[in-house]
Amino acid sequence: MKYIFFLLIGLSLTLPAMVFGQRLSTRTGFVGFYSKTALEDIKAENNQVFAIIEPGTKKLAFSLLLKGFVFRKELMQEHFNENYVESDKYPKATFAGTYTGDVDVNKEGTYKVVVKGELNLHNTSKSVEAPAVLEVKAGHLIGATEFKAKPEDYNIGIPSLVRDKIDKEITVKVHIDCPITK
Amino acid sequence: MIIKRILFIILVFAATGRTLAQDSTLLNALNDSMSAHKSRSYVTGTFKATHIINEQTIESPAAGNLNFVIQHRFGQLNSGSYNFFGLDNATLRLGLEYGITDDLDVGIGRSSYLKTFDGYVKYKLLKQTEGAGMPVSVSVLGTVSDYTQDVAGKPYLNTKYRTAYAGQLLIARKITRDLSLQITPAYLHYNLVPTVADKNDVFALGMGGRVKITRRMSITGEYDWLPSNQVVSTTVHNSFSLGWDIETGGHVFQLVFSNSQSMVPTQYLTQTSGTWGKGDIFFGFNISRNFNLKKKR
Repeated sequence: MKYIFFLLIGLSLTLPAMVFGQRLSTRTGFVGFYSKTALEDIKAENNQVFAIIEPGTKKLAFSLLLKGFVFRKELMQEHFNENYVESDKYPKATFAGTYTGDVDVNKEGTYKVVVKGELNLHNTSKSVEAPAVLEVKAGHLIGATEFKAKPEDYNIGIPSLVRDKIDKEITVKVHIDCPITK
Repeated sequence: MIIKRILFIILVFAATGRTLAQDSTLLNALNDSMSAHKSRSYVTGTFKATHIINEQTIESPAAGNLNFVIQHRFGQLNSGSYNFFGLDNATLRLGLEYGITDDLDVGIGRSSYLKTFDGYVKYKLLKQTEGAGMPVSVSVLGTVSDYTQDVAGKPYLNTKYRTAYAGQLLIARKITRDLSLQITPAYLHYNLVPTVADKNDVFALGMGGRVKITRRMSITGEYDWLPSNQVVSTTVHNSFSLGWDIETGGHVFQLVFSNSQSMVPTQYLTQTSGTWGKGDIFFGFNISRNFNLKKKR
């Protein structure tokens, strides 16, 4: 009985780590957002996105520094950080969630999944659900998705004077490429 | 029996507890990784505009950006109802500022006050970093001014005599997100001064700052100290100005009150004749409009 007990304790401590332990990650993921209106096109891209995927649990998380978004216009970038997302107060945007569907990282292929989770921006959380594509190819797990976000949902105030220059719904594109480690 | 129960708890914990904790652990793992790979970043938005009021700030237009600056001062508030408390008169400086690189910018201006032309070069020597590292931003600014107004009975006043130079060191720190301060030591040289008692080389010290009141508005103040015994043939005072900045998109609008009429450093630092106490206050505004000339992909 005692042996079984220790065996189980041992298993219970190591098994989850073995099953769920494989974590694929990147520090150079991509997130871009795009706003198109008759008055102004806004494009901002961040190539320093940290992402982590745990195929065993189908969980994934993203984190990025808002200051890492590069705009076409320097002044837009400053206003984004200073006036809109207040990146000195809330430097990060994060996402934590899960995906549906069975993705076998040991088999090459393209998998259509649905990603669901909490997006935290400007100290405000909102649940987001979006179809995504996960692809296992040449020892990499590549993920891509696109979804819409409303600035007002994240408590980001836009003065009425410039409201027409910013799309009501901002398109967000995500692309990550994680090497598959054993 | 007890062992069985413990076993059961362990099993339940193993099956659910650890996985439940994963959500936050994944984010925690990311955050740990982020702080381990943190890169140095510079403080932005120390000031809204390129001028506190009259003094230039460490801010400059980004590479390929052109700022069109209109600085406007009405007449003195104490000039009476006949002059509609100064609003009948106006002094204007039109300026263009262009960012050659993100750190280097050049500007030209023309003021109606003494029909003055000015030109400057400004370079960011040091940039304040977030957290440890560099505590201040430092820029160096060189200005040349030349007034072209005819002076009756002084035909000898040629361009050389009318030219003056200002070298300024702008040292600023964004102390909190709402408070930024700048001190600006200035060294001025005048090719010609009215009398031998006046110094050709003059030292002045500017002190200024801004307090943000909302995300897009701030109150600014500026005091320019001119140590005595440098300008003696005319009565001059230290320059004191207050302003209210309002920012909307590519514009910065500043409402200002100042006892200086000129907006060129070689003039407002050493030729401010008015005082606040007597009501020699010039009301006016600065407007700057940013144009992005460079096509960045």
